[in-house]
Amino acid sequence: MIAFAALLERLLFAQARGAKLALLRQYFAATPDPDRGIGLAALTGDLNFVAAKAGLIRELAAERTDPVLFALSYDFVGDLAETVALMWPARPGNETAPRLGEVEQTLRNAKKGEVKAILAAWLDASDASVRLALLKLITGGLRVGVSARLAMAALAEMSEGRASIAEIEETWHAVAPPYDSLFAWIEGRGPRPSAGAAPVFRPLMLAHPLEEADIAALDPAAIRAEWKWDGIRVQLAAGPGGRRLFSRGAEDISAGFPEIIEAMEFHGTLDGELLVMRDGAAAPCAELQQRLGRKAVTAKMQRDLPVAVCLYDMLFDGAEDLRPLPFDARRARLEAWYGATRPARMQLSEMIAFPDLAHLAGLRDGARAAGIEGLMLKRGDSPYEGGRTKGLWWKWKRDPLSVDAVLMYAQRGHGKRSSFYSDFTFGVWRADGALVPIGKAYFGFTDAELAFLDKYVRDNTVQRFGPVREVAPGLVLEIAFDAAQASPRHKSGVALRFPRISRIRTDKPAAEADRLDSLLRLTSA
Amino acid sequence: MPAPHPETWLRNTRAGLFCEPGGFHIDPLRAVDRAVITHAHSDHARPGHGAVLASAATLALMRARGIAGVSEQAAGWGEVVRLGEVDVSLQPAGHVLGSAQVVMEYRGSRAVVSGDYKRAADTTCDGFVPVPCDVFVTEATFGLPVFIHPPAGEEIARLLASVALFPGRTHVIGCYSLGKTQRLISLLRAAGWEAPIWLHGALVGMCDVYERLGIALGRLNQASGAARGQLAGQIVLAPPSAVADRWARRLTDPVVAVASGWMRVRQRAKQGGVELPLVISDHADWAELNATLDDVGAPEVWVTHGSEDALIHAAGLRGMRGRALRLVGYGEEEG
Repeated sequence: MIAFAALLERLLFAQARGAKLALLRQYFAATPDPDRGIGLAALTGDLNFVAAKAGLIRELAAERTDPVLFALSYDFVGDLAETVALMWPARPGNETAPRLGEVEQTLRNAKKGEVKAILAAWLDASDASVRLALLKLITGGLRVGVSARLAMAALAEMSEGRASIAEIEETWHAVAPPYDSLFAWIEGRGPRPSAGAAPVFRPLMLAHPLEEADIAALDPAAIRAEWKWDGIRVQLAAGPGGRRLFSRGAEDISAGFPEIIEAMEFHGTLDGELLVMRDGAAAPCAELQQRLGRKAVTAKMQRDLPVAVCLYDMLFDGAEDLRPLPFDARRARLEAWYGATRPARMQLSEMIAFPDLAHLAGLRDGARAAGIEGLMLKRGDSPYEGGRTKGLWWKWKRDPLSVDAVLMYAQRGHGKRSSFYSDFTFGVWRADGALVPIGKAYFGFTDAELAFLDKYVRDNTVQRFGPVREVAPGLVLEIAFDAAQASPRHKSGVALRFPRISRIRTDKPAAEADRLDSLLRLTSA
Repeated sequence: MPAPHPETWLRNTRAGLFCEPGGFHIDPLRAVDRAVITHAHSDHARPGHGAVLASAATLALMRARGIAGVSEQAAGWGEVVRLGEVDVSLQPAGHVLGSAQVVMEYRGSRAVVSGDYKRAADTTCDGFVPVPCDVFVTEATFGLPVFIHPPAGEEIARLLASVALFPGRTHVIGCYSLGKTQRLISLLRAAGWEAPIWLHGALVGMCDVYERLGIALGRLNQASGAARGQLAGQIVLAPPSAVADRWARRLTDPVVAVASGWMRVRQRAKQGGVELPLVISDHADWAELNATLDDVGAPEVWVTHGSEDALIHAAGLRGMRGRALRLVGYGEEEG
């Protein structure tokens, strides 16, 4: 548990992806089985044992610390688990800190009433760093910013070419903590674990943005076009071994969408877009957001936010792998299967007929309906390849909307940007003459522009609030964004989707920046 | 005649603690005629005093900072100096080089003002000597049970493990110029780091004084003179303010570390954008504060600054009378 605690501490403070990968790699390489596998499961949220509630930690604190000192300390630290971890009175003895595997096994077999005494003994044997890791682990709140995909990327690096991320993703749902067979494969000591009949994730095929230069080279006859829906990309995998709904990051999100699982009465693997749909029309993505990240879902949510899948592709039909087939052939299989089974809560992605690219460009510009981001173009002869292969699929998003806003606040960035003011909050003028913030952007600018903005912020600061500087309203920024949505949570009443700084308008006086009412007219809801 | 209680002759004024029968202030917050200075940190040693009594090292450090008094008197450890009707002597406080406790005896009554202090081992200064007394005046910067500083060697081992894990990155440690800087250097040397250690220009002056006073620090280079890319894999020390500012752009993909007792609490550490918090402090932690109360055995403890509530509560649990002086103005160069 000592190595795991040290890992958590460093991950919590690491900003860059590369740093997190290096930390994970080192941990997996230096930690023996089964501890590292339990560590991996803890990071990816795949551990299952009797968890403790905050009340239990409070009880322990009350038994072992002075109430006045505890209250003063909790007040200062502000986090229950951390307060207890830091002030737990040491009881030097012969015991050493428990191993992670031991913690998992003991808690898995423990009865509820036993947890407190077990935990107290572990806390006695540990230092503050291990105590904190223990308390966070059993209350289920590691929060160190590691996704399953990042952990898999670390494993792929560690395998020295034996396993790609894609292969690890496909294998992931066939293995379980403590992942002995997975590590054996990664380290070249064993075969790749087989999924058997269990439904597994297949890496998704992704598209490149269509560049001006690509357009000229496109042969309209070789290209198929579909709408690019603004939901979340999902994979539906079902068969005799079970049914699973995966996000594009290989996360198993089945529990949040039981009605989709129920409708998956097929054997195969499908690719599609999960959308909130009412009477055949897609709702804005913001509605779907409310259903994400949940372990369970209420009947009310299922009723108010009904979901369906718009099907793009078919990867497996039964056990047959269709991925090497050209897109047209896969589409024919998908249509045939759909026609024969008419599955509930699913519809086919519409194939858009077009005589030439000019016609398509017109469709793309008109694509302002809720739930549509633009067009997808796919070569009719493209096999289904996991990852982002060049020259097969393109996303052709409609042009962004834009607004001229005034820079209001700036905050320092992280990592490489920690010495720059690189997070910018901007606003537009309200009818009463007040400047109201409408969003925040931290990309879209070049290094030279960032240097300019950083200097501008330093030279024009009027107030500081901790790390944030308020800037005199004088600089106009052209903000590009994909959509504007009405939002009661924002002071301005509007929230921008994917805002980025497209231009610095030193030529434009702040007073001539856009008005809030004109922005509100662009909102889609 | 019974000995007079220290509260009759040592009191809190707007300029700080004043010893009336001795006619001097201790670490005064504004310019006074006669001052006894515990150590050379800028919140304790302020400019403009008339006569200054301090340890020789403190006076040397004050001169290097340009805050010498009009007249100066150095006292060795335990050497008694008569000021007015009070016998004054200095004993090491273990905080930074030259740091002293002020021991005052007046008509059979003894009060000790600890200044800032720590009990953990430090090769860059003399260690704290407990002096039995009637009133012990203590700091409480880390006066909460959550503050337990781990052994400094363990923290340095974490730093060196990180240097090994990220050999292409610069490790930059935010630390104050007097005390923390030199302690970190000596800890690194003790851990076997013999390579040059790179310094921000603001840290050079104090290191020079330490070396002149016999504390060897090994090879030190100025970071401002480094060529582009030269600092990859190196350890750089800088004032905390420089670490997050433009100066830091000369560093290669820096791992930002901060060495401070405050790093014990994660949210505090996270707020500062720190990637590697190191719990290394020149102040006593909770255990040391409590052990010191036991060691000096004073019936009464006065707390100058910090988290006084918890320490006064802990003193009460021991049957000691505790009192908060609430001196404002200290703790600006802390951690």
